[in-house]
Amino acid sequence: MTPVLDISNLGINFGGLQALDDFNIQVRNREIVGLIGPNGAGKTTVFNVLTNVYQPSKGGIRLTGKNILGKSTHEVTRNGIARTFQNIRLFKSLSVLDNVKIGLHNSMTYSLFSAWLRLPSYWKEEAAAAKLGRELLAVFDMEELSDAPAGSLPYGAQRRLEIVRALATNPKVLLLDEPAAGMNPSETAELMRTIHDVRDKFDVAIILIEHDMSLVMGMCERILVLNYGLIIAQGTPDEIKNNPLVIEAYLGQQRGE
Amino acid sequence: MMTLVYLMINGLQIGSIYSLVALGYSMVYGIVKLVNFAHGDIIMVGAYSTWYLMSHFSVPAWIAALASVVICSVLGMLIEKIAYKPLRKSGRLSLLVTAIGVSLLLQNVVQLLFSANPRMFANMFTGTVTVGERQFSNATTVTIAVSIAIMAGLTLLVKKTKIGKAMRTVSEDNETAQLMGINVNNTISFTFALGSGLAAVGAIFYCCSYSQIQPTMGSMLGLKAFVAAVLGGIGSLPGAMTGGLCIGIAESLTKGYISSQLTDAVVFGILIVVLLVKPSGIFGRPQSEKV
Amino acid sequence: MTTRLLKNVPFRYALNAAAAAGLYIVLMILIDTKVLNRYQALMLIPIGFNIILAVSLNLSAGFMGQLPLGHAGFMSVGAYTAALFSMSVNLPTNLELPLALVLGGLAAAVFGVLIGLPALRLKGDYLAILTLGFGEIIRVIILNLKFTGGAYGLRGIGRQTTVTWVYIFVLITLFALSTLIKSRHGRAILSIREDEIAAEASGIPTTYYKVLAFSVSAAFAGVAGGLYAHYLSILDPSSFGFMKSAEILVIVVLGGLGSLFGSVVSATVLTILPELLRGFAEYRMVIYSLLLVAVMIFKPSGLCGRYDFSLGDTLDDFFALLRDKLLKKAIKEAPAEAEGK
Repeated sequence: MTPVLDISNLGINFGGLQALDDFNIQVRNREIVGLIGPNGAGKTTVFNVLTNVYQPSKGGIRLTGKNILGKSTHEVTRNGIARTFQNIRLFKSLSVLDNVKIGLHNSMTYSLFSAWLRLPSYWKEEAAAAKLGRELLAVFDMEELSDAPAGSLPYGAQRRLEIVRALATNPKVLLLDEPAAGMNPSETAELMRTIHDVRDKFDVAIILIEHDMSLVMGMCERILVLNYGLIIAQGTPDEIKNNPLVIEAYLGQQRGE
Repeated sequence: MMTLVYLMINGLQIGSIYSLVALGYSMVYGIVKLVNFAHGDIIMVGAYSTWYLMSHFSVPAWIAALASVVICSVLGMLIEKIAYKPLRKSGRLSLLVTAIGVSLLLQNVVQLLFSANPRMFANMFTGTVTVGERQFSNATTVTIAVSIAIMAGLTLLVKKTKIGKAMRTVSEDNETAQLMGINVNNTISFTFALGSGLAAVGAIFYCCSYSQIQPTMGSMLGLKAFVAAVLGGIGSLPGAMTGGLCIGIAESLTKGYISSQLTDAVVFGILIVVLLVKPSGIFGRPQSEKV
Repeated sequence: MTTRLLKNVPFRYALNAAAAAGLYIVLMILIDTKVLNRYQALMLIPIGFNIILAVSLNLSAGFMGQLPLGHAGFMSVGAYTAALFSMSVNLPTNLELPLALVLGGLAAAVFGVLIGLPALRLKGDYLAILTLGFGEIIRVIILNLKFTGGAYGLRGIGRQTTVTWVYIFVLITLFALSTLIKSRHGRAILSIREDEIAAEASGIPTTYYKVLAFSVSAAFAGVAGGLYAHYLSILDPSSFGFMKSAEILVIVVLGGLGSLFGSVVSATVLTILPELLRGFAEYRMVIYSLLLVAVMIFKPSGLCGRYDFSLGDTLDDFFALLRDKLLKKAIKEAPAEAEGK
């Protein structure tokens, strides 16, 4: 079976600094992959390069066999990679439902003139989008918040809304950048259930960056460890827990003292 | 050949005026990230105050000049305190619109006081110097010489003095500067005062060569100086100086070889090319947003 | 929970259409019965094209969050195109003017695309300055071309702009912009204002939508320019400088960036105000600029913020209020009746 996402030899260079090098990974459909590493290891850079926010200096990215390297960010999204951001980036003054509808933008096809003349295609597609948007929100128990401005939501709800918006683009691969940041243990446990649900309901592969080890170890089928832009280890949670290189990357400085 | 030299010297003259004004734009942008649209109108206020002191009180030229530098510095500081400071936190668009508002206000107040009719401004530096077959007015030589001196002084001020270092620190990172015990408000005030004072000097030199002043004179002059600041790399002092000279020379050459009507188009053409090719300008550092 | 009475879409459209027609009839009666004198009636025209200029600028400045400072440039392209067209053909007025306006709008839209493509790669202040530069270049070019009359300008343009035509084009503009904003395309434009990176990551082709919004904005500025040309019958390139762009910006900012209703109110007030202040003509611009600075300091979101008026919603709210009042009254009276029994 071909992997849904096939990244080979990806690298990026920031003015002489090799922020990421030799990054290889094949992600299977419905797989949950964890990406961990110390601060500044290049985890978010992987997401930024995958979505072409930064242009990689080398390597290849194939999504279900199709080359998407060098495609602009919105094209990458349209092809099936959606993401969330470490520091939440919602459309704050727009309503929750509008945030989701923006994610649904490409599921609608009516033209500018249909919008201007309010042709039937406008009404039909808008109604369908509103229905789908509410359904997506309902999955995350956020349906009754539909009309609230996104910026007014509590922190946890904002994080969930970002995931809903990403799912609205109908992705094959979902990139979650520190989804549990700032959450307490019970919220994190809730989030873990949600992520599992998402994978099952939406049939997506998930790559997540996370510092919360209970979450990473508890739900990832495979873990990649990055340090200084290089993959220093990968394997199952148990393999990673006992890998001396990983322990050194995380604890090395303390041992030296 | 002689024509070229002549055009170059004229270009240097107007270019040094642009440089003086561009420095103000650049310093202010560096420190509060604002394109201070009112800066051009400070030039105009400088010109009017010098003219008024000289023609109504028969004050000696050099005192009038000094006084207008002081007036402009105070005005610049006041504008910042009253109009820009309350908006420091509310976004760049609001600041930009406020600056446009202040610009319109200055123009119209002066128009109300002195009418829209142009006034004659007497040249302070009479006499000429002959180079080869061409004559240059003393205004040209004094403008170039004094501007160079001022720029050298300014460079020293920013590099060596305490307040200069404070300015650079605030430009780099406002909040950290505050944590380091720098009085950010005073530093910003000083920057506005300094920039506005330079604009007044520019205004006086400008008037000595062009002899006519009117309430709207600052808009075009200010815009061109702004183009100079962008060309050099906004926020960079050597950039503002170089940019000013380049714009001055480009304008002078256009006038001499193409058509005097197209100078504005050429200046804005340069702006567009710079912004599209290298928006950070000659000396500027590129900026990127962190994701 | 209030039930919405006027949720029915066709009904709402009918309501708005009726209101628009009603306002037109009222205006016409006021003019016919000389309640509005000839001079005041003529004022309706500048109010109209200022509304078009303001709401069209609001699309890029308020809804997209990108501040262009060259709106007068687009207006001049439309004005000259429309004027040159109507001067070179000889059609019945009621065909010639709309054709001229559409052509003016199209020409301005083309300029919008040409300028937007490079300019919109930049952000914030740089974009503002670049569009300012383009605006000035357009003016200098018009000043130096033969067929535009150079510095002398164009004279003898037919005075074809009537209150009716202005009214029609104001309605078209408002309809086009509000339907655009409430569609997937409009949401894409809004998402650029909110967070461009997140917009891209949500699959919005931001460059396309920036250029689109920019050229739609330019197109309507061009239409307003055409109306302006056929109202004044004279075109002078110096009237399309940076000051004109700034004036339009003042209207938009005072009304509220992101509020069409705000732009309409603000354009109306700021066109009438100077006439009311005729005795203080020389203070006009001073008051204007003071107002602008004061609004920015005390209410940076403008007078209306991002509020937009909807006749249906307002009526709904009114009925809901009325019903609540009546219900409360009924509840108060009910116990009294019970006791009486």
